Amino acid sequence: MKLSAFVTTSLIAIASAAAFAAPAAAKTLIYCSEGSPEGFDPAAYTAGTTFDASSRPVFNRLVEFKDGSTEVQPALAESYEISDDGLTYTFKLRPGVKFHTTDYFTPTRELNADDVLFSFMRQGDANDPWNQYIPGLTFEYYNSMEMASSIKSIEKVDDLTVKFTLNAPNAPFLANLAMDFASIQSKEYADQLDKAGTKENLNSAPIGTGPFKFVAYQKDAVIRFSKNPDYWGTPAKVDDLVFAITTDAAVRLQKLQAGECHIMPYPAPADIEALKADQNLTVMEQPGLNVAYVAYNTEVAPFDKPEVRKALNMAVNKQAIVDAVFQGMGEVAKNPIPPTMWSYNDAVTDETYDPEAAKAALEAAGVTDLSMKIWAMPVQRPYMPNARRVAEMMQEDLSKVGVNVEIVSYEWGEYLKKSMEPNRDGAVILGWTGDNGDPDNFLSVLLSCAGAKEGGANRAFWCNEEFSGLLEQAKQASDPAERTKLYEQAQVIFKDQAPWATLAHSTVVMPMSKKVTGYVMSPLGTHKFDTVDVAE
Amino acid sequence: MIRFILGRIAYLVPTLIGITIVAFGFVRVLPGDPVLLMAGERGMSPERYAQVSEQLGFDRSLPAQYLEYVWRLLHGDLGTSLVTKKPVLTEFLALFPATVELALCAILLAALIGVPAGVLAAIKRGSWFDQLTMGTALVGYSMPIFWWGLLLIIFFSGILGWTPVSGRISLLYFFPPVTGFMLIDSLLSGQDGAFASAASHLILPTIVLATIPLAVIARQTRSAMLEVLGEDYVRTARAKGLAPRRVVGLHALRNALIPVVTTIGLQIGVLMAGAILTETIFSWPGIGKWMVESISRRDYPVVQGGLLLIALIVMVVNLLVDLLYGLINPRIRHR
Repeated sequence: MKLSAFVTTSLIAIASAAAFAAPAAAKTLIYCSEGSPEGFDPAAYTAGTTFDASSRPVFNRLVEFKDGSTEVQPALAESYEISDDGLTYTFKLRPGVKFHTTDYFTPTRELNADDVLFSFMRQGDANDPWNQYIPGLTFEYYNSMEMASSIKSIEKVDDLTVKFTLNAPNAPFLANLAMDFASIQSKEYADQLDKAGTKENLNSAPIGTGPFKFVAYQKDAVIRFSKNPDYWGTPAKVDDLVFAITTDAAVRLQKLQAGECHIMPYPAPADIEALKADQNLTVMEQPGLNVAYVAYNTEVAPFDKPEVRKALNMAVNKQAIVDAVFQGMGEVAKNPIPPTMWSYNDAVTDETYDPEAAKAALEAAGVTDLSMKIWAMPVQRPYMPNARRVAEMMQEDLSKVGVNVEIVSYEWGEYLKKSMEPNRDGAVILGWTGDNGDPDNFLSVLLSCAGAKEGGANRAFWCNEEFSGLLEQAKQASDPAERTKLYEQAQVIFKDQAPWATLAHSTVVMPMSKKVTGYVMSPLGTHKFDTVDVAE
Repeated sequence: MIRFILGRIAYLVPTLIGITIVAFGFVRVLPGDPVLLMAGERGMSPERYAQVSEQLGFDRSLPAQYLEYVWRLLHGDLGTSLVTKKPVLTEFLALFPATVELALCAILLAALIGVPAGVLAAIKRGSWFDQLTMGTALVGYSMPIFWWGLLLIIFFSGILGWTPVSGRISLLYFFPPVTGFMLIDSLLSGQDGAFASAASHLILPTIVLATIPLAVIARQTRSAMLEVLGEDYVRTARAKGLAPRRVVGLHALRNALIPVVTTIGLQIGVLMAGAILTETIFSWPGIGKWMVESISRRDYPVVQGGLLLIALIVMVVNLLVDLLYGLINPRIRHR
């Protein structure tokens, strides 16, 4: 079996090479990507690097995020209807959508309801023959977005109609369906693989309906895609899309400047000035859909008192932190959700930096000679360039109001685990990047009572019934205006109770060659290239 | 001779068993949990954690896991990557040629420059050439690889534009891997300019990877030569009126080469370590980079399997070096 799989793969590679060798004035866009994809089945993974190479070029979803926004729009579903009770979602599929024709698969039919059922059932049903098509497969996003507990049933109404029935109304559900794990696979292709005994190819030779077809992947080196000429939407502008995998940010920068690639993600913050000064490059930037915060343990005295937490927040010079650590590539945060998110409450006022007032407030709360720990994460994340430096700056600020700070750190996995232990000693620096552009994805996950238990992500262990009640109400409401109002109220409670010191929202930067046109930055941090053109 | 070889191979067995224990233990002693890393900032409910751990087989006791690992090894199964879900051996074989190609070029460069430089430095002991060579070797030996690589990229690729920045071949060329060695595959592809492109991509990584071995080999050759040049038989040969070139080339060098060959053999281990950084800087898709990423992701099967395979290769190379002594110095064969 292994041998036959090897032979098949080799034949695919040779055949596709032959196809590629045909000389034509092909327009090629080269993207210096930051890492290797874990695989090509987006449902099996959670990393953005993997999604950039799989779900975004190759696949589509029933609904998708509009380019450059978090707004959900129809995609493979031409239209959808949500019942008044918010329990059933009926999707009308777009007729005439073709799956990719490649050297390893030729579809005989167009997209239909079976494909949709296949794509979801394999994730939700442990007994589905495709649930463990590779042993040890976990569908992490499907589970963490609580799809399993939300969905009561998925039915095929007719060939082009699919009905999802939920257990309870869940307004963010639609946005979840626009996420990468909800990419629609071809059932026909899966059947073909099953017959050939090469099920694992679903994760290495993907077939989708997206703007680009998968051509080849050389591990840790290059991924090649070609334009899908039969694309149902606006076809891609370039003929070939190549990912040159370059893990080091400094080397990516050199490659971009030497013209070895056209566009790169994640430049080092220190290089941004130089990039902006380069006449051959354009540097696009956009506020990221993220937040960096410091979560107090609100269960432990004296941090159980909101007035103490607020006093500490007043002692920290956040603007100085953003200037020094984010090097201008960020802005001070006052709310737990970023300003690009709908329902952001701009009327909320942040604690003002005032060490004198902070000192007085601490004294008024009866807190003197306070010693505390601040946890600094050991890794760089999109929302946090250098947590150690942030912790040091906070240490200095807090010492000015008589608070003695000890900085602690652990290996990343340990950090995540220990920071969720109930009797944790200290305030934790951490952050979040939005998954689906819904405020619920920040507020419920990070601050609700449900998240304040083992295995959750509410690292302040803050459980405010009123706040959580508002979130629950907003989840059940389907009217966006009503939801906005509820989330705005929730942000007021949050600021009043101050379970966190909200630190910053970082800015995402994309440098690219001046030859590149039509690139649209996504607030969700995804990288997609179907709208991009490149001048010869 | 055959008994000698068999004896050496028998030595490999306990070493390999030891390595399985070390590799298995090493990744588990490291703090961090692959399941929790998968969940990231979001966290994971205790039920889900138990479920995933069970799926991946981490719920069983360590001895049980180890025994299963060894049992599978005996059946030729190195396990499956937790991340890519591909067999460890398949991934290794796909990446290994890239590492070998780079390592061979580096060791060749190091030997071809290091040995003559060492010999010349020894003959002209105390001269400006000797001092320059040994000074440069010292600098080379202490060079921080990452910084050195980046420096070369910025100068030769960035400023001068002579060499490509990174990768194995220009992205314009696309052909399926046949041998996995880009120099050979590019020739087989028959595409114009492919070989030149592959060769030009090898220049900088080869220099960077060769730097430390080159310094070590040059210094080792020099000191071995100096020792041999002081021996009685060299003086005798000189006294007999043999041409200096013959004295050095035939009598001295051949004997001085034994420790040098050992050094070159031992550099294979150093090359593997150097490959980790070199491959990362030059986006070279080899096993060094693969191991680093797997360690940071706590991809246990890959780290275990990769360490075992690398150790096996280093041991086989050392065995070959031992056998090579026999060719250089017949006295060793009869021991």
